[in-house]
Amino acid sequence: MKKIEPGNIIIQIFLIVFAAIQLFPLYWMITFSLKGNMEIFGGNVLGLPETWRFDNYTKVVEETKLVRYFINSIVVTGLTIFFTLLFSAMITYGIVRLKWKLSKAVYTLFLIGMMIPIHAVLLPLFLNLDPVLNSYVSLILPYTAFAMPLGILIMVGVLEGLPKELEEAAFIDGASIYKIFFHIILPLLTPALSTVAILTFLSSWNELMLAVTFISDSRFKTITTGVMELIGKYSTQWGPVGAGLVIATIPTLILYIALSENVQKSLAAGAVKG
Amino acid sequence: MEKALRNKKAIAFFVLPGLVWFAAIAIVPIFQSFGYSFLKWNGITKPEFVGLRNYMEIFKDALFYKAVGNSLLLAFASVFLQLPFSMLLALILAKGVKGENVYRTIFFIPVIISSTIIAQMWMKVYHPDYGLLNTFLRSIGLEGWQKQWLADDKWALVAVFVPMIWQYIGYHMLLFYSAAKGISPDIREAAKVDGASEVQIAFRIIIPMIVPMIKASVIFAIIGSLKSFDLIYILTKGGPLHATEVPTMLMYTEIFTSTRYGYASAMALLIIVECLIFTLLVQTVFGKISKRLD
Repeated sequence: MKKIEPGNIIIQIFLIVFAAIQLFPLYWMITFSLKGNMEIFGGNVLGLPETWRFDNYTKVVEETKLVRYFINSIVVTGLTIFFTLLFSAMITYGIVRLKWKLSKAVYTLFLIGMMIPIHAVLLPLFLNLDPVLNSYVSLILPYTAFAMPLGILIMVGVLEGLPKELEEAAFIDGASIYKIFFHIILPLLTPALSTVAILTFLSSWNELMLAVTFISDSRFKTITTGVMELIGKYSTQWGPVGAGLVIATIPTLILYIALSENVQKSLAAGAVKG
Repeated sequence: MEKALRNKKAIAFFVLPGLVWFAAIAIVPIFQSFGYSFLKWNGITKPEFVGLRNYMEIFKDALFYKAVGNSLLLAFASVFLQLPFSMLLALILAKGVKGENVYRTIFFIPVIISSTIIAQMWMKVYHPDYGLLNTFLRSIGLEGWQKQWLADDKWALVAVFVPMIWQYIGYHMLLFYSAAKGISPDIREAAKVDGASEVQIAFRIIIPMIVPMIKASVIFAIIGSLKSFDLIYILTKGGPLHATEVPTMLMYTEIFTSTRYGYASAMALLIIVECLIFTLLVQTVFGKISKRLD
């Protein structure tokens, strides 16, 4: 039997306290989203709700366009992920397998592109995208462009490690380059694709600067900018604000709970590559 | 197959769509920013070429120095407070404790939540009347310590730095953790057999072996601080009295409030240059460290 050391107990206490700190905002947000003002502002700041006010949720859904913003975020994030995966995989194939003079140069261009902070191009993008401002396109274009370099970097690493035999065999059987890409390469890249999809999801779902700048029409606002509206609308009622925050966080939390190992691995991989 | 792999049409099909997209959105605008930085321009009237005047003006702008100073302070706090704490957590978890995976998963949660949400929650923490912080101070009898945290020019900077640093503790922890886990357990065991304590193992073996990851973390922490925007934008917009101004916030105000496009572009380029300088600096410092370790 293992001896219980006092050192281990201290470490466990330390870890539990820090875990509580990390979870606290989430706990607090969820509980105050279910409380009325009386409880939030004095009666019951920290505890579980005494009366569970689910009407905060119906209120925020009925009185604001939160559902619309939520759908907008899904459309923007979904299409961003789709285009990022497709084009990153295609370019990766082009760089790793196809034979042409400038392939190294193009790869380097993407690597350099990874160091460009989005802030540095905010103004020119704002001016260039003027015709499409206030549309999904104005966000999908930059989100995809800025997600591609990391996607390519991760996929190039994977594809370089894969043997070519399968592709060569398929070619001898009469498959075209295109067929090889869609039927052999893409399936082989699936783990890398899921890593890139997770990274792209987090960066575009949570993006703020471009979302507030490029979209002012509430029909196209995403959830991050949408929840900012709530503060103004419900400055004296925290319950509905909390409900809005919870709704905006749900997809990320579900993704994280379902794929936590994968999300953590992806972010670590993204960092090592970057 | 060789011939098919050299087919020009196939190459164009695979590479061009993504490349054109990327170049148009990410590469071309940098050159535009560079061009604008020599102009006096508000987006409406005819642009006027002013040479290096924007840059000279920025270098005389006390507000710019203040913003850069604040972002450097954040970088400093990030490297010397956030990273050591993350390292401590990573070392404890990587050593193998009960509940290792659960703790790691929980510690990481703030990283995946959007900064907008994090900022909203902290606004409620700092609320002068009903916020958690002031409520807590009242409840332990320290009424006198209550502040309007985000509106007090002495405290606002600390108040915005705390969530910024807190949010990414889990991120750096994860990076250190995954690097430390990559070290073969045999090495740790061998050291233990030789009578090394956990602290000695951490400082003599693990930390030296994960120096490349520490370098990456330091670079992320510094660059992230120099480019910080989201939390400041929501919590204070650089106020009160510019107490929490950072370069990106200043640039944002110059574009969308003052509409000084040339000036803002010069600032954008200086931010890139600043990031590059610090990346190189960290690379050099760590190059020296690695050499000494070898």
